[in-house]
Amino acid sequence: MAHRAVTTSMPMPRATDVVRLRVNGDLYEVGVPAHYTLLEALRYELLLTGSKQGCDKGDCGACTVIIDGRATLSCLTPVHEAEERDVVTVEGLASADGPHPLQDEFDLKGAAQCGFCTPGILCSAAALLARTPDPSRDEIREALAGNLCRCTGYTKIFEAVEGAAARLRVE
Amino acid sequence: MLRLPEYRYHQPRALAEALSLLVEHQGDVMPVAGGTDLIPNMKHRLFEPGHLVALKRVEELKGIHEENGHLRLGATETLTDVAESRVVRGCFPALAEAAGHVAGPQLRNMATIGGNLCLETRCTYYNQTAFWRQALGYCLKKDGSICHVTKVGRKCVAAHSADTPPVLAVLDAVAVLEGPQGRREVPVGDFFVADGIANTRREPGELVTEIRVPLGPRTRRAAYAKLRQRNSIDFPLLTVAVSADMDRDLTVHELKGVVTGLGARPRELAGWSEIARGHVLDDDLIDALAERALAQCHPLENMIVDPEWRRAMVPVYIRKALRRLF
Ligand SMILES: Cc1cc2nc3c(=O)[nH]c(=O)nc-3n(C[C@H](O)[C@H](O)[C@H](O)COP(=O)(O)OP(=O)(O)OC[C@H]3O[C@@H](n4cnc5c(N)ncnc54)[C@H](O)[C@@H]3O)c2cc1C
Ligand code: SF4
Ligand code: FES
Ligand code: FES
Repeated sequence: MAHRAVTTSMPMPRATDVVRLRVNGDLYEVGVPAHYTLLEALRYELLLTGSKQGCDKGDCGACTVIIDGRATLSCLTPVHEAEERDVVTVEGLASADGPHPLQDEFDLKGAAQCGFCTPGILCSAAALLARTPDPSRDEIREALAGNLCRCTGYTKIFEAVEGAAARLRVE
Repeated sequence: MLRLPEYRYHQPRALAEALSLLVEHQGDVMPVAGGTDLIPNMKHRLFEPGHLVALKRVEELKGIHEENGHLRLGATETLTDVAESRVVRGCFPALAEAAGHVAGPQLRNMATIGGNLCLETRCTYYNQTAFWRQALGYCLKKDGSICHVTKVGRKCVAAHSADTPPVLAVLDAVAVLEGPQGRREVPVGDFFVADGIANTRREPGELVTEIRVPLGPRTRRAAYAKLRQRNSIDFPLLTVAVSADMDRDLTVHELKGVVTGLGARPRELAGWSEIARGHVLDDDLIDALAERALAQCHPLENMIVDPEWRRAMVPVYIRKALRRLF
């Protein structure tokens, strides 16, 4: 079991509870303030800063992680709600052999510009492909409807998801 | 970054335990289901309960199935599960559609049907950070003494903004509530009151445990239409639900319409059955119904869009919904 003690420079509320989280296959036992969100626990306790704190209130999708197979907003998930669940963040998508096909296709197709929305979009797309290996353009559009991107205009993102879906079907 | 106020998080597994936690911490406790409404509101300091009772692990609140002539929807079933459920799609496609049009996909994966029924009313001057609200001297609904919408009024007119209740209402659904006083059933059509500060008949110690939708006559159809700024994620600016009992040739026996997104409660449109009964649902009848609806709907400046435009959209969306009945 991975176990990390973490200190950060920001003044943090006092940890009162110990929660057990399974993130990207690793088990963590971590001290958190009871009122933390999953996003705060990931970013400030586990130092998994891939999931972004955008609006912090459910509008933008930058904090999207996958919980028990479903795309979920970690900024609205009380940390205790994630216990006994399987959490996957963008850090969990790549394997030891290399990036996830989605990550590779985002790179090849130029689907990320500033990149702030990208971790959330990758998680929404990965959850989609796990359930729907051959999605239509409309299904991709719908699956990413809760992920706002202010840079790209989405076209290259849709193309990258289609490219990754095709590669995953061959694998 | 929006910090949550401090609270203790309770995760009961049984309904009795959840109800007794609500009694034990009375006055300083709220139930939370998907949290997609309550957590942002707490981050905005609209609620600061010292205790949250989480409902997602309570066994009795789960499940979607047919039972004694109705469809039972457990309160914590997610909107994704409602929208994708084969039974719901088969029996009540308009309900599946309404659930599938709430917010965006991640939110629907978390949000529950019970939470949608109990959604807090919304207003431009209310759903803001504490800092923002303070700058304006707060408002009647929270921490202040005036209403910025009505200017003079002593009444809050924040808008009921949930998508599934109008559809549940036209389908004659019933909300089942359990609390310290026992169990009671309230038709969804009577569940709401015209008070933006507290717009439901739910008592603080009570939970919605399930919603029952009667599997009424097979001749009954329902439809739904929603106006919003961005179709990807936004709250409704106006939602219309209609249901009709019709013959094959579209002769109407019974017709119901409910609109919401305007005032503090969903409004059942008056006089519709009288106009429609015995007539064929054709373009002329649809126009008459739309006109009747317009006369009853007066959007306010409780949302960020122009109320005149929103009013003009009422007949447009009424027609849209009615045309979806055939
Ligand atoms: C960006 C964004 C867009 C949204 N768009 C829409 C939209 O288009 N349409 C729409 O309808 N909603 C929308 N919502 C609001 C919300 O996501 C949904 O209404 C959702 O169904 C609320 O359910 P929940 O389980 O998350 O509720 P919670 O946040 O858990 O609870 C909401 C309220 O109900 C109470 N409550 C919850 N469950 C019960 C119960 N079983 N018994 C008694 N009280 C209970 C809580 O105490 C709280 O006061 C949106 C939210 C966001 C953040
Ligand atoms: S309607 Fe008036 S009192 Fe109610 S939330 Fe809006 S500004 Fe406040
Ligand atoms: S940070 Fe969670 S939705 Fe924007
Ligand atoms: S790449 Fe900048 S927000 Fe999407």
